[in-house]
Amino acid sequence: MNRKLKQNIYFGLFRISGWMVVAAIAVLIGYLVFYGIGAISWEFLTQAPRVGMSQGGIFPQILGTIYLMVLVLIISIPIGILSAVYLVEYQKNRFMKGVWRVVVHNLAGVPSVVYGLLGLGLFVLLLDMGASLIAAGLTLSILVLPIIIASTREALIAIPPSLREASMALGATKWQTVRHHILPYAMPGILTGVILSLSRAAGETAPIILVGAAFYMPNLPDSLFSAFQALPYHIYALATQTRIALTGPNLFGSALVLLMLVVGMNLVAIMLRNKYRKKYRW
Amino acid sequence: MTSALRGLLNKPRSVKMDLITHFTLLIIAGISFFVLILVFYTLVSNALPSFINFGNNEVTDLWNFLTGEIWRPSSDIYGIVPLVLGTLLVSLAASLIAIPIGIGTTIYISEIAHPRVRGILKPAIEVLAGIPSVVYGLFGLLILSPYIRDIFGVGSGTNALNGAIMLAIMMIPIMVSLSEDAINAVPRSLREASYALGANRWETMRAIVLPAALSGIVAAIILSIGRAVGETMVVLMCTGNSPQITANILDSVQAMTSAIAIDVGEVAGGSLHYHVLFAIGMILFLFTLVINFIADLIAARYSEAYR
Repeated sequence: MNRKLKQNIYFGLFRISGWMVVAAIAVLIGYLVFYGIGAISWEFLTQAPRVGMSQGGIFPQILGTIYLMVLVLIISIPIGILSAVYLVEYQKNRFMKGVWRVVVHNLAGVPSVVYGLLGLGLFVLLLDMGASLIAAGLTLSILVLPIIIASTREALIAIPPSLREASMALGATKWQTVRHHILPYAMPGILTGVILSLSRAAGETAPIILVGAAFYMPNLPDSLFSAFQALPYHIYALATQTRIALTGPNLFGSALVLLMLVVGMNLVAIMLRNKYRKKYRW
Repeated sequence: MTSALRGLLNKPRSVKMDLITHFTLLIIAGISFFVLILVFYTLVSNALPSFINFGNNEVTDLWNFLTGEIWRPSSDIYGIVPLVLGTLLVSLAASLIAIPIGIGTTIYISEIAHPRVRGILKPAIEVLAGIPSVVYGLFGLLILSPYIRDIFGVGSGTNALNGAIMLAIMMIPIMVSLSEDAINAVPRSLREASYALGANRWETMRAIVLPAALSGIVAAIILSIGRAVGETMVVLMCTGNSPQITANILDSVQAMTSAIAIDVGEVAGGSLHYHVLFAIGMILFLFTLVINFIADLIAARYSEAYR
């Protein structure tokens, strides 16, 4: 067969598969926007659901998801970032470094439903927190911890050793080097990881099913030990346990809100990363 | 001791600060290490009682758990085979869809597409990777399933095929971003040598770039299969949740992950059923470790070959 023709056939196949993926994205997002956009209004975002979820809005669910993200931000992100700083900049023992790498690498791939089991067994039952906001927040925090450590580690490793050596040669202490030279340069990479893990926490469903999210609550949560609602669980419960003919608009509206929240955060993270990847070329 | 302390107090502020931060970071790292180990401990300690209980139970023991062909928690019958086969059927079907499209897309993005097209495609696929799984599940359950029911003329559109299609769409972005790294890691000089010998772009791809990147691509495929096996929401919402042994892609099945998510609402903490769910979690956990280990082993080969 003609060599040129062969190349064209194969490249054509690859081109088709590439555009099939694009088409899948377009269909998926197109459907959700088509069904969901009609439901979205100021009222939908700021009011509680009424009449068995067929009217009103999803404010309590949005608030619950924001609470969970804030808990992850407070609990897991400082611990994750500082652990990675210790691991990369301070830990000298090669064996311990290897152990860390294996533990973090493997836990980042563990299915989220297994983290849900952990939350159920440890926080809800053993520590007797019940199906509460804090139990869900802690569960999601443990879920994103390996992700934050891994992404911070990547950002720190990407900084050339010459920068550290120059700072130390000028008489700076380890901490001064980390504080004034390493962290500022690593910040865009760290921030990207932080945003991605928050969006992960916002979208995870299986863990909060296991911890026991509430389908309906008459009041907003007033303490860390209150029951909680969250957007992903709301979508799951409406889709599987209610009559779609009645709750459809609320359901697709919720899915669109969650999609916009998560995709928006991911876009910010991607743009941030691309911007700084161009800026610093070592 | 006191003189050592006084010596420390007389040190400049920056040195004291350095010691304090070093110590603080050590403690924080210790805490997160402890927490990560706790994950493993909690799983094991909650899964083990099920095996110990099995010994005293006439209906199920460890052997029956691993080889039992009936999963019926309402009668305290816990045979895991239907769940394992359900997971395998959906994941393998998803892989059959995702691997050709995913690899084709990777080659298109990294080698063929115009830089401007690549500039749109890559972020689009990264966005696809970030969409929450419950949204994919919703799409499969409410939008895709009527099409499957009508096209194949089956009673219910929530079946293994539905789950496999949605899972494939979820797997592709992971596969693309990992295997693209592998293709990009092939040194330019190899391609240029091939072009200089008169090979065209496809011949260079097929004979030089793909073989060189092969182990990285295989590692990417294995990791995304691992992701598919661990995925919960899509299989929970799309596959119909009837635990049965079948090879028919149009039948409803139940996966291991969905069994955990569905049953957990009904179990009492500490019951046999509760511990059995942890045992399934334990199996998923071990499976992830094995998948990661194999992928690392394969990927290590290619990073060694081209340093």
